[in-house]
Amino acid sequence: MRRRGASLMLLPLLALAGCGGIQTIGGREGREAALIDDLFTLFCIVTGLFFAAVMAFLFAAYWRRGGHRADRMPDEGATAPRDRGLRIALFAWTAAVIGGLMGLAVASFLTDRSLAYSTAAGRPVVSIELIGNQWWWEARYHFPDPSQNFRTANEIHLPTGSAAMITLKANDVIHSFWVPNLAGKQDLIPGRVTDIVLTPTKVGRYRAQCAEYCGLQHAHMALDVTVDTPADYARWLAAQTRPAAAPTTPQAIAGYRFFMTRQCSACHAVAGTPAGAGVGPDLTHLMSRRTIAAGTLPNGTGPLHAWIADPQGVKPGANMPYIGLDADELHNVVAYLETLK
Amino acid sequence: MSSPFRNSFLPRALPSLHAGRGRGWVRLSKRRFASLAHPPLAPPLQGGGFIALAFLLALAGCDREQRDMNGQPKAETAAFVPRGDPRSAEYENNAFHIAQGQKWFGWFNCSGCHFHGGGGMGPPLMDDQWRYGGRMEDIVASILYGRPNGMPDWRNKITEQQAWELAAYVKSLSAHPRQDALSARADEMSNTEPQTLQERQKVVPETKAQPSGEEN
Ligand code: HEC
Ligand code: HEC
Ligand SMILES: [Cu+2]
Repeated sequence: MRRRGASLMLLPLLALAGCGGIQTIGGREGREAALIDDLFTLFCIVTGLFFAAVMAFLFAAYWRRGGHRADRMPDEGATAPRDRGLRIALFAWTAAVIGGLMGLAVASFLTDRSLAYSTAAGRPVVSIELIGNQWWWEARYHFPDPSQNFRTANEIHLPTGSAAMITLKANDVIHSFWVPNLAGKQDLIPGRVTDIVLTPTKVGRYRAQCAEYCGLQHAHMALDVTVDTPADYARWLAAQTRPAAAPTTPQAIAGYRFFMTRQCSACHAVAGTPAGAGVGPDLTHLMSRRTIAAGTLPNGTGPLHAWIADPQGVKPGANMPYIGLDADELHNVVAYLETLK
Repeated sequence: MSSPFRNSFLPRALPSLHAGRGRGWVRLSKRRFASLAHPPLAPPLQGGGFIALAFLLALAGCDREQRDMNGQPKAETAAFVPRGDPRSAEYENNAFHIAQGQKWFGWFNCSGCHFHGGGGMGPPLMDDQWRYGGRMEDIVASILYGRPNGMPDWRNKITEQQAWELAAYVKSLSAHPRQDALSARADEMSNTEPQTLQERQKVVPETKAQPSGEEN
């Protein structure tokens, strides 16, 4: 019995371990998240003070009345404020509550305004179109020169110190974009365009998660967010803009043929090849990603085999069908995918 | 970013028609025009020499592209799916499969040719006329093996299951599907009521629907 009580006490402590790391509320790695965190801290302090005051009065009242009237007779008028001091204290308390609430309202308003003015004029703005699908993310990077535009999936890279304007769209149902380390949530709504600004300040790797229940695999709809120094970011952009290199080994060439003539190319695109379909993730630089299938599996030879052999076993309901490749086809196609650096 | 061909009537699944990100097209046309821009330079010639050269030049015409002018329909390729396939009963009137089929119908750009059932370059799919039969098995055969007058064959481009799901959806456009199996929401823009809200029409008994020749 004592044991169970102790372990129950431990649970909230364990939950605390969830704070910190790549996906945490109260993270301050972005300008927007820091603003929200400041507001949250202010709310905690103000409401904490009031809570403490209420508790103090409650206990004071309890101790003052404690032990009297053992005869259980009614004690009329005992609680009515008779003396002037008490009346003044009550007025002061009401004023404090009103003032506190007004203060919090003003603080929320100011935070909201500074979130809205994130894109200060003149700063270079990264422009990304992020599209939610059941159950993966498509990212399209836009540049003033449209020939530089490219698509990627389930990951975005951002440079520190620049405001990134993220335009949000959905293809099927409502999703929600949330990188708790960098900013608050924003919904993706079919038939509408919403947006959110991220201004990351600290280099690192963060995890975003769809924050609006969107069907079977909602839990497996993560987005890998990498914040780079501007130099690293430029390098990544340069690599992503290149089309895929042609395969060279016989096995990879066989895999390429399979990919281009069979089901894969009906859904996926690989820049620089005939595969140009837009309903599945763009695979041009597949191997530069850390995870596949929206964070469901780590990227690598083994997981790629598992995924392509039976996507429905790994992520039941996902929109990539079971195709039923034989062993050779599977090895070849994975060998080809591994050339997509 | 998307190539300008993505929204054309070409099925997305014909990759050779969608050169990756448009770059292939640019390269191709540049090469073509480059050869036009530099016609062979003739040295100043007179009389017989000129005529001989003209004949030589005419030879270049022999390498013209081949054009198939008569456009005969190709021989029926169609394999067929035997009747009484158990999948027929499994997929028809199944809410999940119809919904999946509706999704694939947009994904694989069937709507590019058939529009949303009303027909365009391809025949309408929501009427009661079938060129190649309206049973599930016939529709699956149309999809998987193609039809000679312009219906591409989708074998190896989609999975068999997707073909059956597409057939379930195509069938639901014209048949009287069970109301509880229909999707209450069409994915495409539409100015008609969803099928679930439409008045059901009376099924005409088959004997009356197909009057014999003598009665006419
Ligand atoms: C009917 C469309 C379709 C077909 C056919 C298809 N895929 Fe996919 N594929 C998808 C979708 C949709 C996803 C995203 C699934 C998810 O994460 O929920 C995906 C995900 C993937 C991924 C993971 C990409 C990432 O970055 O997360 C790989 C790799 C992949 N597919 C390879 C293949 C190969 C190889 C084939 C052919 C054997 C193939 N696919 C056939 C639709 C398809
Ligand atoms: C390139 C245009 C094109 C595309 C894309 C296309 N079709 Fe067709 N389809 C046609 C044409 C043309 C015909 C008529 C063929 C004939 O009469 O021989 C046809 C015939 C059919 C038929 C037979 C109709 C009948 O009356 O028997 C079905 C069913 C069908 N298509 C379904 C589909 C489905 C499902 C898709 C998507 C996977 C699709 N089509 C994609 C052009 C297309
Ligand atoms: Cu989602």
